[in-house]
Amino acid sequence: MSGDRGALSDTDRRLTRVRVPFVIGQVVVLIGLVVAGLGPLLWLLKAAISPTQDSIRSPLAWFPSGQVQWQNLATAWQQGHIGYYLGNTAIIAAGTALASLIVCTTAGYVLSVLRPRWGAVMSAGILATLFVPHIVSLVPLYLTVLKVPVVHANLTNTFWAVWLPPAANAFNVLVVKRFFDGIPREYFEAARIDGAGSIRVFTSLVLPLSRPILGVVVLLSIISSWKDYLWPLLVLTNPDLQPVSVALPKIAKVTELNIQLAGLFLALLIPVLLFLVFQRAFLRGVGLSGGIKA
Amino acid sequence: MLFALPVLLVFVVFSWGPILKGLVMSFQQTNLIDPVKWVGLENFRYVLTDPGVGQAALNTVWFTLLALLFGFPVPVLLAMFLSELRGRSWLYPTLAYLPVITPPVVAILLWRFFYDPSPSGMFNSILGSVGLGPFLWLDSPHSAMPSIVLEATWAGAGNAVIIYLAALTSVRADLYEAAELDGAGVVRRVWHVMLPHLRGVLLLMLLLQVIGTMQLFTEPLLFTGGGPQGSTMTILLLIYNYAFVNGDYGAATALSVLLALVLAVVSAVFQLATRGWSTE
Repeated sequence: MSGDRGALSDTDRRLTRVRVPFVIGQVVVLIGLVVAGLGPLLWLLKAAISPTQDSIRSPLAWFPSGQVQWQNLATAWQQGHIGYYLGNTAIIAAGTALASLIVCTTAGYVLSVLRPRWGAVMSAGILATLFVPHIVSLVPLYLTVLKVPVVHANLTNTFWAVWLPPAANAFNVLVVKRFFDGIPREYFEAARIDGAGSIRVFTSLVLPLSRPILGVVVLLSIISSWKDYLWPLLVLTNPDLQPVSVALPKIAKVTELNIQLAGLFLALLIPVLLFLVFQRAFLRGVGLSGGIKA
Repeated sequence: MLFALPVLLVFVVFSWGPILKGLVMSFQQTNLIDPVKWVGLENFRYVLTDPGVGQAALNTVWFTLLALLFGFPVPVLLAMFLSELRGRSWLYPTLAYLPVITPPVVAILLWRFFYDPSPSGMFNSILGSVGLGPFLWLDSPHSAMPSIVLEATWAGAGNAVIIYLAALTSVRADLYEAAELDGAGVVRRVWHVMLPHLRGVLLLMLLLQVIGTMQLFTEPLLFTGGGPQGSTMTILLLIYNYAFVNGDYGAATALSVLLALVLAVVSAVFQLATRGWSTE
């Protein structure tokens, strides 16, 4: 993780009084992280294919009744409609990511490259929202979605209600703007001399160059929309549109425990896989967020 | 200025607009049935005289304090330790981040099962094997909030670890070398080089954590619904109840505005108090 060296130098690492506690510490930390990070996941996998009584009576035993119920997963998927709700979650996440992407790239382009005179005002207005706690706007945002000003449309029970509000994300705009700031200005001048208009500069120069940061924005918005509970609970009251996060607590009330746990496992599987595949981009994106906030 | 259209549209409708509307609504009576009426400070008076608000405020502060006590030092120490590791450096952060990836609803439903108060519950059987418990966890007004804190800390620690790790990668190696040449041992190198480097990020994360934990909602809603005996009723849960159970949007926004004011004052005091040490 660190560059050339950390607080410990190579000489320190060879000293017994440093090395022994360090190695012990390493083992303790690794065990701790495996138990805390991977433990619940693995237990959930086991419980998802166990009979209910096994999980309730002796949660730590290894299949005490000797029964492995693979069918729990299929039951949760079909009768618990987990598959259907996961589909909704995927649609919501994809739309949110797309909306965020459109907003933050165009905004970043205006603020970093086009730089109109009123850009500073807009930039300050966007930055200011970072300091306003979300809670202030929860209720009015709900009323806004109930009746959008000017057009008077009711967005509740449409996916627009969950796609659009998260796109007003100041953090994404600032991260992307900062990335655009790092593109050498000579590129834009060269493109303009070659006769490219601002739309063409955007689509064939800025966007291709910023693929890494756009990947980060997409991943972070997919995950945050996947995790969201309160907002979809409020604006998607029609069960046919609800994401898995809203459906799970309701399923938990009416379903037997083994099917319930199988449902939890299925709902957890996709974000975990997504994370493991794109792990590098994720961790870089989160680290980046610390840099921006600081 | 075609390019500014998307951002202006979403910010006007879904960010700036609702913020202003929230401020205005806190002085109005809105229940979606009767016409909107100006009521001056009536909403604030109602909220401030509601005995539930005092209890919820205390609970929220209690949660924030507990969450700071458990949740703040652990990621710092973990990140400082991990930054010293060589090789396989992806493994530890990945493990630490897995709980963050877990959707809160999944985590809460799973932990609710772990907190089963019967002796054969998950945590009770682990603690029972060393002779402790059984504990009531979420079923007792005394241990319900600490139980929620435990889950919330588990869910949030990984994020902080990654942010600290990223900050630690930028410590210049020659600072450690200079300290070492001056005869500073490992402990003093950590104390005088590593920690001061983290100072800015630490202060910021502290503030963000306070602001974040004061807005606790999903956990108490799904774990306990505010109980037992109102011991996990938080301000946000109360706002939710005002608005979406009672339909009193004016009281809900008034309480939101009050909470936001408290957060603003906390941030301002924090900034003033730490101005001296936040600069490197």
